Amino acid sequence: MKKLLLSCLLLFLVNQLNAQDYFPVNEGIKTSNEKHTAFTNATIHISPTQTIENGTLLIQNQKVVSSGKNVSIPKNTTIIDLKGKHIYPSFIDMYTNFGIAKTKRNSSTSRRPQYDASRNGYYWNDHIMPDQRGFDDFNFDKAKAKELVSAGFGVVGTHQQDGIMRGTGMVVALNKNDGDEIRVLNTDATQHISFSKSVASRQAYPNSTMGSMALLRQVYHDAKWYAAGNSKTSDLALETLNNLKNLPIIFEANSLDNDLRGSKIAKEFGLKYIIKGGGNEYNGLNEIVKTGANYIIPIKFQKPFDVSDPHMAAQVELEDMRAWNQSSSNPAMLEKKGVNFALTTSDLKSAKSFKSNLMTAIKYGLSKEKAFEALTTIPAKLLGMSSKIGTLNNGSYANFLITSGEIFDKKTKVYENWVQGNKNTLIDMNVKDIRGDYNLKVAGKSYDLKISGDIGKIKSELMLDSVKIASNLSQSNGWVNLFYTPLNEKKTEFVRLTAALSNSNNINGTGVLTNGNKTSWSAIKKVKEEKKEEKKDTKKDGKALEKKSPVVMPLTYPNVAYGFKTKPQQETVLFRNATIWTNESEGILENTDVLVKNGKISKVGKNLNASGAKVVDATGKHITAGIIDEHSHIATTSVNEAGHNSTAEVTIEDVVDADDVDIYRNLAGGVTTIQVLHGSANPIGGRSALLKLKWGESADELLYKNRPKFIKFALGENVKQSNWGDNNTVRFPQTRMGVEQVYMDYFQRAKEYDTKKKSGKPYRKDIEMEVLAEILNKERFITCHSYVQSEINMLMKVAERFDFNINTFTHILEGYKVADKMKEHGVGGSTFSDWWAYKFEVNDAIPYNGAIMHNQGITVAFNSDDAEMSRRLNQEAAKAVKYGGVSEEEALKFVTLNPAKLLHIDDKVGSIKVGKDADIVLWDGHPLSVYTKAERTMIEGVTYFDKDTNNQNIKDIQKERSELINMMLQEKNKGMKTVPPKKKEKVYFHCDSLENR
Amino acid sequence: MLVSVSLFAQQTPAPPQTTDFTIEGATAHLGNGEVIKNSLIMFSKGKITFVGKAETKIGRIGKVIDAKGKHVYPGFIAANSTSGLVEVDAVRASNDKQETGTYLPHIRSLIAYNTESKVTESLRPNGVLMGQITPRGGIISGTSSVVQFDAWNWEDATMRTDDGIHMNWPSKISFGRWWAGEEKGPKSNKNYKTTIDEVRTMMNDSKSYLKGNKSPKNLVLESLKGLFDGSQTFYVHVGGEKEILDAIAFCEELGIDNLVIVHGGDAHKVADVLAAKKIPVLIDRAHRLPSSSDEDIHFPFKHAKMLVDKGVVVGIGIEGQMERMNSRNLPFYAGTYAAYGLDKEEALKMITSNTAKILGVDDKVGTLEVGKDATLFISEGDALDMRTNILTDAFIQGRKISLESHQTKLWKRYSNKYKNQ
Repeated sequence: MKKLLLSCLLLFLVNQLNAQDYFPVNEGIKTSNEKHTAFTNATIHISPTQTIENGTLLIQNQKVVSSGKNVSIPKNTTIIDLKGKHIYPSFIDMYTNFGIAKTKRNSSTSRRPQYDASRNGYYWNDHIMPDQRGFDDFNFDKAKAKELVSAGFGVVGTHQQDGIMRGTGMVVALNKNDGDEIRVLNTDATQHISFSKSVASRQAYPNSTMGSMALLRQVYHDAKWYAAGNSKTSDLALETLNNLKNLPIIFEANSLDNDLRGSKIAKEFGLKYIIKGGGNEYNGLNEIVKTGANYIIPIKFQKPFDVSDPHMAAQVELEDMRAWNQSSSNPAMLEKKGVNFALTTSDLKSAKSFKSNLMTAIKYGLSKEKAFEALTTIPAKLLGMSSKIGTLNNGSYANFLITSGEIFDKKTKVYENWVQGNKNTLIDMNVKDIRGDYNLKVAGKSYDLKISGDIGKIKSELMLDSVKIASNLSQSNGWVNLFYTPLNEKKTEFVRLTAALSNSNNINGTGVLTNGNKTSWSAIKKVKEEKKEEKKDTKKDGKALEKKSPVVMPLTYPNVAYGFKTKPQQETVLFRNATIWTNESEGILENTDVLVKNGKISKVGKNLNASGAKVVDATGKHITAGIIDEHSHIATTSVNEAGHNSTAEVTIEDVVDADDVDIYRNLAGGVTTIQVLHGSANPIGGRSALLKLKWGESADELLYKNRPKFIKFALGENVKQSNWGDNNTVRFPQTRMGVEQVYMDYFQRAKEYDTKKKSGKPYRKDIEMEVLAEILNKERFITCHSYVQSEINMLMKVAERFDFNINTFTHILEGYKVADKMKEHGVGGSTFSDWWAYKFEVNDAIPYNGAIMHNQGITVAFNSDDAEMSRRLNQEAAKAVKYGGVSEEEALKFVTLNPAKLLHIDDKVGSIKVGKDADIVLWDGHPLSVYTKAERTMIEGVTYFDKDTNNQNIKDIQKERSELINMMLQEKNKGMKTVPPKKKEKVYFHCDSLENR
Repeated sequence: MLVSVSLFAQQTPAPPQTTDFTIEGATAHLGNGEVIKNSLIMFSKGKITFVGKAETKIGRIGKVIDAKGKHVYPGFIAANSTSGLVEVDAVRASNDKQETGTYLPHIRSLIAYNTESKVTESLRPNGVLMGQITPRGGIISGTSSVVQFDAWNWEDATMRTDDGIHMNWPSKISFGRWWAGEEKGPKSNKNYKTTIDEVRTMMNDSKSYLKGNKSPKNLVLESLKGLFDGSQTFYVHVGGEKEILDAIAFCEELGIDNLVIVHGGDAHKVADVLAAKKIPVLIDRAHRLPSSSDEDIHFPFKHAKMLVDKGVVVGIGIEGQMERMNSRNLPFYAGTYAAYGLDKEEALKMITSNTAKILGVDDKVGTLEVGKDATLFISEGDALDMRTNILTDAFIQGRKISLESHQTKLWKRYSNKYKNQ
C-alpha cells in the first residue's frame, strides 16, 4: 500500500507540468517543465520491423523526441539506464467500450409491440444512430485503465456498443494523470455498426439478421439520396452519417457467418469494413480470405468442458468440443492465410487473462512477430494514426513498455508501461530478487527461511526444527521486513525484523524481540538449494516443450459432425442395370444404364460403355432425379422478419447456414435442391434462397447459379397474427379483409415507383419497392403460403388487377376447392401430403388435395416445411397414390419434376434426361416405398451422400468424441478450469418461427 | 356419388354385428408374427370364430368377402395418444389434454374423450382402430383408458377403463431457462431427487391410507390403488439411461409390478435389464429427428431393432409433433422400423399384439385369434407401407365401419363439382 501511495505521489509530481498554458491558475504559481527523459542502453523495438540494440530513447512531455544509437541528449535530461532491458511500443486495443457505460435496457413493461420509431427528427428506425457519440458518454475509468495498462495497453479505441448503427468511437490514451484534453487522441475516430438492435428501443423492426442487413442497405441508399438534397424533410441521423463518410467503419460481426455477411454489404456499397470477428474464423478460412477485409480478432478461447459425468458429456456436441480444441489456433490459421488482423481484449471478462490467452495463441502457432504487429502497427494503421501510435518513431506518443526480455517470452517481466510520457510501474525493476532459501539466525536460534512468490509479491515460509511458524515478509524501497511469532510463546507477540538490502546475497539487519529487546540478525543464503531450483526450472521447460505441439483435430468441410475430411470431387460414374424413373416421356425404364460425366447426365440407355467411368452395379435398384423440396426452412439462421407487415427487402440468401446438419440428413433422404423460404409472419415476406445441398461448400456455393428470383407471400392466420397471443393486435392487418388492402397498397405504390424510376426523374431507391416492381415486371415469382379458398381467390384477383400471375401457392390446403380457378390463373400448388388439424384454418385440409389439383391439370408438388419430413419426401409422394389414386410415376414427379417446374429450374433438374445436371438418387428399392433407402445422392456428379461413407462417419464421430473427451479430462486433471457442458439447442424452423436473438 | 353431408359429426357408429362375415383368400398377418397366405377368417357376433387356411374344408359363414391378393390385419392400436382430447391444436377451447396441477393421478382422460372427433375419424381409413387416450402434463399426468374408435359415447368406446397412471419422470439434466435470465444449456437438475421423493411420499401415503379406514376420503391417494394391487399399469414417461434405471428401482421399492417405460430414448442402453425384468417399452414414432447433431442420422429409425434384438417387448407410442393428425401414420412408423432392420411381422407387433399386451387388452385384441374381438381390416396391400395401405373394409368388434370421413366427403364433394363442370 505504502509503495502504491509513493508511486502515485511520484507520478503526481511528474505531471504537474501538463496544465494547459492558457488556463488561469489559482493554486500556487504557474510553472512549466520542459525536461527530457532518456532511456539508455536498451534494446529498442521501434516497430515490429525495426530494432535498435543498445539504443537510446529520448522523450519529452508526451512524445518521443528521438530514438536510435546516437541520440544527442539535451542538458535537461533525466537518464534512466536500461541495460539488458527491452523497450516496446505499448499495445493498442481498438475495440473496447472503455469508459463508456452500457446503454440501459428499455424499461417499458408493455407487451404490445412497438412498430414506430421513438425519436423525432431522426431516421425512421431507432436502431440507426450514426449520431450517437461514444465521446458524449465517456468517463475515464481509472480501474479499467489500470487493468489495461497492466496488460500492456497504452491506447484504446472505445465506443458505445449498442444499436445497428452505433455512431462514432473515440481513441484515448490510458493516461490517468492528465485530463481528457491530453489523453483523448480523437473524439470521433471510427464509425461503428452491427446487426444487433439497440436495447434502448422496443421498435420491432428488424427482428432478424436478414432484417438488420436489409436495414443497413436501405440506410446507405437513403444517405446517398439525402446527400443529393432530395429529401423534403431533415433527418439528423442521415445527415450525421453523411458527415462521417471518411471515418473507418468497424463492423461488429462476432461470428464467421456475420463476418461474411458484413463483408457482403460492404462490397455492395464500395465500403471497407474492419470486421470484429468471433474467433471461429478458422471454420471458413477461404471465405475469410476472399472478403479481403481487415479484422479485429478476439482471443477468448473456449475452456474445456467438464466431461467427468458421462451423462452430461453426452450432451456436448462434437462441434463444440472441436471449438475447444481448435479455436486457439484461430489467430495462427488467419496468419497463415495472410489475413490482416488486429487483436482485441474484447469478449474477455477482464484484460488480466489477455497475456495468458495470447501465449496460448502463440503456442498454437501464432508468430510472435504477427502478435506484435496485431497489437501495435496494425491497429494504429486501421485507426489512421500510424504516425502517432503503434511505434516509437520520432513524434509518436511516448507509449512504451520496459521489459526484462523478449516481450512474448513466457519468462519475460513487463516492468513499466509508459503512457504519454507517464510512468506506470507494473513490477519495480529496481527490486532486488531475494527469493531463495536462507538460514535465518535470530537471538541464537537458527531457522529455515524460504522466500518465494513473484517479485513485488514475495512470501515467506519459516521453519524451526521442521515446524512451521507463522510469518510475514515484505520488501519495499530497498528494505525487507519480517515478523513472526516465535514458537512456545503463548501470547501473540511478534519478533519484528528489518534490514536494508545490500549487494550481498545475504541479509543482515536489526530487530525487536517479543520482550522489547533489540537484536541483530542475519539470513545466509543457501547455495545448494539454488541448483535444485534450476533443475526444477529445466524440468518445467521440458514440460513446456511437451506442450508446444498441442493436438489439434483436423478441420472438416463443414467443420461439424458428418463433415468431409476432403471435399468430394466430380466423378464419371456408370450406373448399370437400374430401374430408371426418367420423369420424361420414356417413363420408367428397366434394366437401363445411366452415365454421369462432367456433372451432367451424359447417357441413358442399355449396355452403355464408358472408359474411365466408375461402374456401379445397380441391379435391383432404382434411380430417380434428386428430390426437390419447394418449401424448406433448413440451412438458414433466420426465417421470419416479422417487424413489418411487408419485408420484401429481406432475403434468405443473406442468412444461409451451410453447416446445418439437416443438409446432410436431407441428402440422406435423396434431397438435392431446396427452396429456403421466408416464413409466414407477414403478407409480403422476404425473398427465397434456392439451394443445392452441396454439403461442405460455403453458403455462396450452395446458391443456385443463374437462379430465378422468388419471394414468399403469406395469407391467413399467421399474417393476421391470430395465434400470436392477445398482445399482438396492433399491426395491420388483423383480418383477411385487411390482407387484401396490404397488397393493393404495396402494389399500387410499387407501380408508381417503377413508373417514376423509368421516367428518369430522381427517386429514392427503396429496396422493398424495387423487389415488388420486379414482380410487376414478371422478373420475380411469388410463392404464397395459403390455406382457405377465399384468400387464395383474392390473391389471384389482386395479381390479375396488376397484370401478373401468382407462380405457386404453397401449403394451399384448400386448393382443391378452387382448383378450376387456379388452373385458369395458371398457378401451381405445392402442398402437404396429409397435414391438417393443427389450427383452425386447416379444418378442411384433406390429403386428397394433391390428387384433385393434379386431376385439374395443375402442377402439383408435395413439400415439407419441416426438417424431419423433408428427409423422406419420397414417402410423402407415395401418399398421393394412397389418397386419390395418382399413378406412381406422376406421384414421384410431385417431389422431383413438378417442384422443378414451379421453381423454373426444370431445364436443369427434375428428370433423368441427357444434358441435365447429374442430381440423382440411387435407391435400394422402389422409391415410393417405406422400406426403401437412399444409397447414394449425387449433385452435379459429386457424391454428397453415400451409405458406406455414412457408416464410416458414425464410427469416426464416436472415435473423435472419445478422443476429445479424454483430452478434456486430462486438462481437468491438470487442474485447468473447466466449464459446464453445453448443448447447442438446435432450432428447427417452421413457417411461423421467429429468430431467438 | 352423392353423400349426405354432415360436416360436424363423426361417421354414425355402426350397429352391432348381426351378419356374420368370412374373409377368404387374403394374406393374413396375425399380429403375433405369423402369416397365413391364402387365409380364411370368420367372425360372428363381434368375435373371431375361425382363423386358418382357405384350403380348410369348413362352411363359410355369412357374407363372404373375396380378398384374394389382399391383406388382413388386426386393428392397429395407437398408444400414448391424445386423440379425442384436442380437436384443433391452435384453438384453446378445443384443448382438453392437460389439467393444471402437478400430481394428478385422479384425473381421468376417458370422460373427456370426444367420440365425435373428426381427427380421430380420419385414423380409421388407415387401419388405426383403437387408442390409449392419455392425459398430458404435470409430474403425474393422470389416468388413461383404452378405447375403440367407433362409438356413440365414451362408455361405448371404452375397452379398458383406467388402464394405467402416467408419470413424467424428471430428467437428471435440466436446461437453463434463458428467458428467465439463466445461462443456456444443460446442467444437473437440482430438483431431481426432491421431485422423486415427493412422488415416493405420495405413494407411501397412499399405501398407508389404503390400509386404514379411508376416512376422510382422499381422492388422490385412493386413485393410486390400482398400482399396488396390480390392476393398473404405471406408465413412466422417461428418456435417459440413468433415469430409466432409477424408475425401475423406484417401482421395485414401492411394489409396483406393472411398469411400462414410455419414450425410452436411451432404452437401448439398458435393454438387457428391461428384457430380464420383462419391462416393456412404448418407444417414440420413427419419424423424428436425431436428438443431437452427432447422433446417427438414422438412429430414430433403428431404435426398435436395437431393443427387439435384446428381447424387449416394444410398442409404439404416438406422442409428438401434431400427434393427433399424425396418428394415422402409425402404420408407417412401424414400416420405417421395418425398413431399418426389423422383421416386418415383428414391426407389426409393435402396433398390434405387443401394444395390446402392454395396455392389458390382449385378451380382446392385438391378434387375429379365435375368441378375440373382430377388430380387423382388409388392405389392398402391405398396410405398413403408405404406397399400399389402402383399406377396403374395416371392422370394429365385428361391426363393419364406414371408411368415410370429413376428408373423404370433401374429396368426393369437390371431385364431383369438377366432374359436373
